[in-house]
Amino acid sequence: MANDEHREGIKGMANPGRYGIERVAYWMMRLSGLGLLAYFIGHIYETSNILRGQVGWDEVLELTQTTEAHIVLAIVIGMCVFHTVNGVRVMLGHGGIGVGKPARPDYPYEPASQNYRHKIGIYSAILLSAIAMMYGMAVMFGE
Amino acid sequence: MAQVSSIANEQTSTPLSSSTSITLRISRFNPEHDESSGFMEFSVPVQKWTTVLEAILEVKKHFDHSVAVRYSCRQATCGSCGMIINGKPRLACFTKISELNSNVVTVEPMNNFPVIRDLAVKFEKLFDSHQKIKPFLIRDDTELVSDEKEFLQSPEEVEQYIQFANCIKCGLCNSACPTMATDSSFVGPQALAQAYRYVADTRDKGKDSRLKIIDDSHGIWRCHFAGSCSQVCPKGVDPAMGIQLLRGYLLGFRS
Repeated sequence: MANDEHREGIKGMANPGRYGIERVAYWMMRLSGLGLLAYFIGHIYETSNILRGQVGWDEVLELTQTTEAHIVLAIVIGMCVFHTVNGVRVMLGHGGIGVGKPARPDYPYEPASQNYRHKIGIYSAILLSAIAMMYGMAVMFGE
Repeated sequence: MAQVSSIANEQTSTPLSSSTSITLRISRFNPEHDESSGFMEFSVPVQKWTTVLEAILEVKKHFDHSVAVRYSCRQATCGSCGMIINGKPRLACFTKISELNSNVVTVEPMNNFPVIRDLAVKFEKLFDSHQKIKPFLIRDDTELVSDEKEFLQSPEEVEQYIQFANCIKCGLCNSACPTMATDSSFVGPQALAQAYRYVADTRDKGKDSRLKIIDDSHGIWRCHFAGSCSQVCPKGVDPAMGIQLLRGYLLGFRS
């Protein structure tokens, strides 16, 4: 094998289907984080065009008024809301809040840390991001 | 490398009355002379109680004794027979074929561990990480000296860590961890959960030294609470809980 340590690599990290909604949330958190970073860089480029004066600024603003740009912005809204809500859940979990209490485990050993509170948090993050995306699209395409 | 063999019609020393058979796909790889891994397929008769380990041992007994697999207790106590079974890390002795709901069972070596051969992997890194977090009680006095009293604990104090003391060091959690998949220096969920096991033990006085060890860029901060380690643990250790509780000490949520 080319990989002596037999690591799964990005391929294994990117396979969210095997370990339930928590692993899906983990993967979405990484994707939305990278997406927001890309948007941040693009946003800096966009706003830096103000240095080109009124004409340059208007040209860039025109680019953001296209259907494609609106779809990208709607995705950015979704990523932003998901990353924020899920981030709050993960931060609370990182502090040991809502992960359950240690106890003698009984078969079939359902992990207490994967409890309904965190599942509700994940589904809430997905739902809120979907609502925010729809609202954003209604505002952008509504006129 | 695919090869299909059947023992359904063979004379066996252990009579198999089942009419059901499954296809067992075993990953074969010998780092000494193979460039890449391949699969060999065997048709194996099974009962509803047949475990994956028993099916592998049937293959070793009747077809190919060179299949490399590590096992010992056959009752989920020694932690030797961890492997990827139909895509998920599981103990072969603790996984019944009937619960997989598939006529094709694929077994592969655990991910994130160097392969010795076929299904056997090296555990050195796991044990090194385990040793690194000082898996023993740290304190100046001892209960071994005569005239000293033993260290007493209340049942509530025992509850704080007994779950994590169930770890059998099978490595399934490290195999499922998404950080272990990409970071070769990450200490891993097994060692971190064991660090919590000793930090939460009221007899132990080594909390500060252990927290110092795991407070590292490849230590506890690389855990992103994906929870896959807890989902595959065959002993209910719940490493994800232990790691978050442990991080609570570093973040000031616990003292």
